[in-house]
Amino acid sequence: MTTPFFSTLWLEEASTVAKRTDFAAAGLLAVSVLLVAVLAAVNLYFIIRYRRGSPAPRPPARIPSWKIETFWIAATTVCFLGFFAWGTRIYLDIERPPAGADEISVIGRQWMWDVRQPNGRREFNELHVPTHTPIRLLLTSEDVIHSFYVPAFRLKQDVVPGKQVSLWFNASKEGTFSLFCSEFCGSKHANMTGVIVAESPGRYADWLAQGDAMGDSFARGETLFLRYGCSGCHTQPSSVHAPSLEGIYGRRVPVTGGGFALVDDFYLRDCILLPGKVAPAGYPLIMPSFQGVVPEGDLVELIAYIKRLGAGDRGGSTPGMTP
Amino acid sequence: MSEKADYLAVDYSMRSWFCTLDHKRIGLLYLSSITVFFAIGAAAAAAMRIALLSPSGDLIVSDVYNRLFTLHGVIMIWFFLIPAVPNVLGNFILPLMIGARDVAFPRLNLASWYIFMTGASLVLYAIAAGGVDTGWTFYTPYSSTYSNSHVMVMAAGVFIAGFSSIFTGLNFIVTIHRMRAPGLTWFRLPLFVWSLYSTSIILVLATPVLALTLLLMALERGFGVGIFDPKIGGDPLLFQHLFWFYSHPAVYIMILPGMGVVSETLACFSRKAIYGYKVMAFAILMIATLGFLVWGHHMFVSSQSVYAGVVFSLLSFLVSVPSAIKVFNWTATLHRGSIRLDAPMLYALGFMGLFTVGGLTGLLLAMMAVDVHVHGTYFVVAHFHYVMVGGMVMAYMGGIHYWWPKISGRMYHEWTARIAALLIFLGFNLTFFPQFVLGYLGMPRRYYTYPAEFHSLNVMSTAGASILGLGYLLPLFYLTWSFFRGPMAGPNPWNATGLEWRTSSPPPTENFAATPVVTTGPYAYEPEEK
Repeated sequence: MTTPFFSTLWLEEASTVAKRTDFAAAGLLAVSVLLVAVLAAVNLYFIIRYRRGSPAPRPPARIPSWKIETFWIAATTVCFLGFFAWGTRIYLDIERPPAGADEISVIGRQWMWDVRQPNGRREFNELHVPTHTPIRLLLTSEDVIHSFYVPAFRLKQDVVPGKQVSLWFNASKEGTFSLFCSEFCGSKHANMTGVIVAESPGRYADWLAQGDAMGDSFARGETLFLRYGCSGCHTQPSSVHAPSLEGIYGRRVPVTGGGFALVDDFYLRDCILLPGKVAPAGYPLIMPSFQGVVPEGDLVELIAYIKRLGAGDRGGSTPGMTP
Repeated sequence: MSEKADYLAVDYSMRSWFCTLDHKRIGLLYLSSITVFFAIGAAAAAAMRIALLSPSGDLIVSDVYNRLFTLHGVIMIWFFLIPAVPNVLGNFILPLMIGARDVAFPRLNLASWYIFMTGASLVLYAIAAGGVDTGWTFYTPYSSTYSNSHVMVMAAGVFIAGFSSIFTGLNFIVTIHRMRAPGLTWFRLPLFVWSLYSTSIILVLATPVLALTLLLMALERGFGVGIFDPKIGGDPLLFQHLFWFYSHPAVYIMILPGMGVVSETLACFSRKAIYGYKVMAFAILMIATLGFLVWGHHMFVSSQSVYAGVVFSLLSFLVSVPSAIKVFNWTATLHRGSIRLDAPMLYALGFMGLFTVGGLTGLLLAMMAVDVHVHGTYFVVAHFHYVMVGGMVMAYMGGIHYWWPKISGRMYHEWTARIAALLIFLGFNLTFFPQFVLGYLGMPRRYYTYPAEFHSLNVMSTAGASILGLGYLLPLFYLTWSFFRGPMAGPNPWNATGLEWRTSSPPPTENFAATPVVTTGPYAYEPEEK
């Protein structure tokens, strides 16, 4: 073994939430160790003092048992509720992404992680992120359930086919960290691993700007927009009465049946796959469902295209973006 | 007492065993079958631990490894842990404990063993035919669409074995309601009977949900009916909700009877009534009830609703309160007792320690933020082995030793038994404690190959497993020896209270020559002066 044993017993805290999770775990662990130690000591004392045949006196108990039990029930309940609140507080922060976080798309499939950066740069089993920047991953799966797990971030999210879920974090440390799939997904489950490369925002922007051979996601999305026939109705002028998609991203639109919907990635996804579910008000329901027609990867690029249609310089908030 | 043949000696023919309606003989049928299943499950575990000695996974390839952990989980849960205490010890002891001649429906009792064996045969066939690689949890859509293994046969086996659980549960509920001896009121029942009663209710209410879930999974796999696979209009999370709605209460099916055994043993070997008897009985009922409302804590990272998660976390903390009370009351039972450390008592004390660690690490998992980190890692593996093996198997072994003189009529070699109990305790901790650390460091479960930084802890775990294996082998030998050659035990070698000790060992087929009459509570122990 090349690494000394004790150095393997430490896991880096590389996200803003990692320290808080560790602290909460350490809090409960400390109480647990104390309780186990006290119970062990008391049991051992009783076993020795009250061993059969020992001269220790054994008068009947003076305090009625219900008083002691009430104390035990109350004390454990209060203590447990405290830890419940502590763990839940952090969990709610984990589940609530801050506004304006940069979005990166991640698709899980047997057996790889397929990543699309905000400018469309793709990577496999590798995820580059800037440090000290809130990042929101939009995750989905093409086949079975996977789970995106970064131990150094203390974060994990199941990646479920048929829906898009999100996971946000703020990397607090530069470095390369393990990425595991932690939901059993078949033969090569244990090989569905990768790395998170966290680097300073400047270096990340440089890396992003290099792009890759596959071109920019806006251009790829535009091709798909034509190929799937979206442009036939959604590009003006059109003989079909369909909503124009120019600058629609981020707006609130009225929907059939009353109320408004915020046009975000999740809404656009539903519009494409389940057009009847969340149709915008004032348009005939003539759009067919694209469920099973558009694969997850194309969907991500179509949405990336719609997102920046007519967005002008609004898309420029993402570092390294080349509209 | 008239010299009537005991239940073992009435007839030695094969027919008399395989067509028996005697609850004691049916208990022994279960004992021998689940011992075989335990050996099969343990062999799979041993193979995995040996494979994990090397991080590169070059001893066992992924597809074999995936079949091994599925085999281990399915066999150990449905064909060992769930039937262990209820169907072996419960079948044997329950009627004796309440002063009855048999269970309420002896034929149903025998039928449930045959159903159990039918299910087991299908599972063994699935394994022999090439195995299943879904894990015991059968998560969809992997199990329903993607897995190329014998999922249908395996699921059919588990489905059928479920009916055996339901029949046994039903049988016990009716037996406890209708067949108690005169004077044996509800609050004179030993806690083991309370625990079997609660377990039976869970068996009857939860097992049908498992059957339904497996049936839906089979419909999707066999006929393409879209229920769980989103590609054909299903919802994969629905499967998890249904599965854990059964499988979380099933955890209590596995632990509650163990708690009952421990209560009997602690009272007997400290010669004292269990501290706070009524609270202990209510705690069992509370655990059984709340146990139905916490299934979502298996799904904190599954993308279920955040607020549902919060409620499940709260309820999971609350279900731990009655468990904590039980541990405190067991400790208080020792206070001013008259304690002997015979083998059953060692197992009971081992249970208390390991169950406490299992329970407290369960709280860490109920704490949502911590669960987000350790869910699906070896931390979870270590946690449920502390509860299932450290808790339930210790209790089962303790119960077997405690009631062995009643079952066989003979004693075992006490010191060998004590050494085995200590070996199991030490080996267990050495096997599973490193897994808590592995899990917190981030090692995911169900990995046949793993990064090198997890190597030393895995080697430690495997070393512990070899000690644990030795500890489990010893009783197999000395108990078998005792069964045929051990010294006679007499009706009540532990000088215990409880109706089962008021008849001869082994008891006659009809249990009692005359139905006993009960006039006191369950643990009327007088501290013995030497």
